[in-house]
Amino acid sequence: MRKAIFSATAAIFLVLSGPSLAVESIEIPKRDWSFQGIFGTYDRASMQRGLQIYKESCSGCHSLNLIYFRNLTDLGYTEAQVKAFAAEYEVQDGPNDEGEMYNRPAQPQDRFVKPFPNDNAARAGNNGALPPDLSLMVEARIGGPNYVYALLTGYADVPAGTELMEGMNYNKYFPGHQIAMASPLSEDGIDYEDGTKATVAQQAEDIVTFLAWASEPNMEERKKMGIKVLIFLIVLTGILIAVKKRVWADVH
Amino acid sequence: MSTAPQWKNPVVRWVDERLPVFTYMDHEYNQFPMPRNLNYFWNFGALASIVLVVLVVTGIMLAMQYTPHVDHAFNSVERIMRDVNYGWLIRYIHMNGASMFFIVVYIHMFRGLYYGSYKAPRELLWMLGVVILLLMMGTAFMGYVLPWGQMSYWGATVITNLFSAIPVVGEWIVTLLWGGFAVDNATLNRFFSLHYLLPFVLIGVVGAHVVALHISKSNNPDGIEMKGPQDSVPFHPYFTAKDSVGMGFFLIFFAFFVFFAPNFFGEPDNYIEANALVTPAHIVPEWYFLPFYAILRSITFDVLFIPAKLMGVLLMFGSILILFILPWLDTARVRSAKYRPIYKYVFWVFFIDCLVLGWVGSQPAEGAALLVGQVGTFYYFIHFLVVMPVLGKIETPLPLPASIAEPVTGGGGGASAGATAAKMEKS
Repeated sequence: MRKAIFSATAAIFLVLSGPSLAVESIEIPKRDWSFQGIFGTYDRASMQRGLQIYKESCSGCHSLNLIYFRNLTDLGYTEAQVKAFAAEYEVQDGPNDEGEMYNRPAQPQDRFVKPFPNDNAARAGNNGALPPDLSLMVEARIGGPNYVYALLTGYADVPAGTELMEGMNYNKYFPGHQIAMASPLSEDGIDYEDGTKATVAQQAEDIVTFLAWASEPNMEERKKMGIKVLIFLIVLTGILIAVKKRVWADVH
Repeated sequence: MSTAPQWKNPVVRWVDERLPVFTYMDHEYNQFPMPRNLNYFWNFGALASIVLVVLVVTGIMLAMQYTPHVDHAFNSVERIMRDVNYGWLIRYIHMNGASMFFIVVYIHMFRGLYYGSYKAPRELLWMLGVVILLLMMGTAFMGYVLPWGQMSYWGATVITNLFSAIPVVGEWIVTLLWGGFAVDNATLNRFFSLHYLLPFVLIGVVGAHVVALHISKSNNPDGIEMKGPQDSVPFHPYFTAKDSVGMGFFLIFFAFFVFFAPNFFGEPDNYIEANALVTPAHIVPEWYFLPFYAILRSITFDVLFIPAKLMGVLLMFGSILILFILPWLDTARVRSAKYRPIYKYVFWVFFIDCLVLGWVGSQPAEGAALLVGQVGTFYYFIHFLVVMPVLGKIETPLPLPASIAEPVTGGGGGASAGATAAKMEKS
């Protein structure tokens, strides 16, 4: 009985505390992800395709400020590949001995290069809207990867009776349904390097997997350690229960 | 009751004769008498002290990497998450640790309410506990501001603005909290400073709480005092062993969240950097503040000459401060709900009221949720101000057992046995 009350109490506390209770009027469909569950890992091939999408479709407007080129080894690339990938970008460095700033090819220790020098430039280039940084996009939205996937695949024709503001697009899952970003993904809109057929659903899944990694690059390490820690704690608790029974044997 | 130990080791004896730390430890944590009938709800005090230590240790480590500046705070936290060795682990332990602290302390408090642990002679012990709760709340609130996410910033704005409702000095207090005229860098700096300071104040009050506990000894499920050695067992090994079992289960629970659902208790909005120009659609505090937030927002009308906002603030603080006088509001002479046939149910009604208020706090303050919040708030205060005083007078308690050692004896004891025995214990 006491145990029942305890677990009920704990359960109620947990249910009450979840952010799921926050305002949520639009139902977001749930999908299965390679990285969910306690054994989940990021699908390397999907992440690599996601990086290609970020590079070709997203990076024109969206920054990825928290990611360094060196982090790309997580995607399964070798250091040489990362170096070559970085070298395609140019970054400003300096001042040099003459006091001048100069440009050089990016190196693995550099951050991803921003598309705009500052927020005002970004707004000026995007009809007044600011394209958010994508580094934490998956963690920073209620619904996480499901929401980002739904948003990317949720573009639709404007329903009768809805009037869009100038330059806006209709999206089923965006709060308010009017989003400044035009549908970024299109059927066969990208030639995947690994030959995968580039459906919109495939592209959305790949970019979300990539962005989920960008949000939490240490997730795999965390879960791996977590399993070890839990096994240890369960064994320890078993021993502690045995000790306690032994100690209390003469009292009960 | 306890005997002075004879220390064999000459160094130990030399130290102990000059500073009796060994005798103290032996007295308070080895021989110390504990009621033999405690259930697992009595683990939560020990668990709370474990979480407190975990929070202080991880917090000190985080402070080594964190930058309290509006331009860098958010990114310095992400730097900890991504580039500091095991930084993600330290931070997830710290942020989930805060939730664990409140879970443990709330269970600890509800246990106290159910078994009447706040009643004489433990009034001061209980009141120190309320001080601990207040310090925890202040510390947790300021800690939540430090990552400088959207919820940090807007939560700080909403909560600090509450003080402006205080007549005459309100605006002055708000400016003092902010260190300026808006939540800004000065606010972040002082919150960081206080967030580092208050846990050590907390530890001091916990010390006083524990000293008070060791004077009056633990209450127990029967709510009667220990009358002799047959009623008690020494702390060691009995409760070192039992508390360890509780600790094992607790650490499993804690670790599950740290490793497999680290952001469960958080708000996604806090992974967006603070922006004074964009207000989140729905500002919610951390889960442990939700019932109090519901009380705050339930007052939507002026009460006589008191404006609605001020009344909400008064009730929110009042809902915690009222706990200070609970030992005198409760007129029952029997402690444990086990022997109080009506209070047994009243307790659960109150418990559910708190959960309902928590739910209301997570909802927008409008429509049905608002109405439920108003009823819930009304009942919260009725529980303390009317039900507790009246119930103690009209309820006929069940006969108390003669002693802890022989709990099943019909008719023995009597309602006041506990209180008289308690006075004798104080020596």
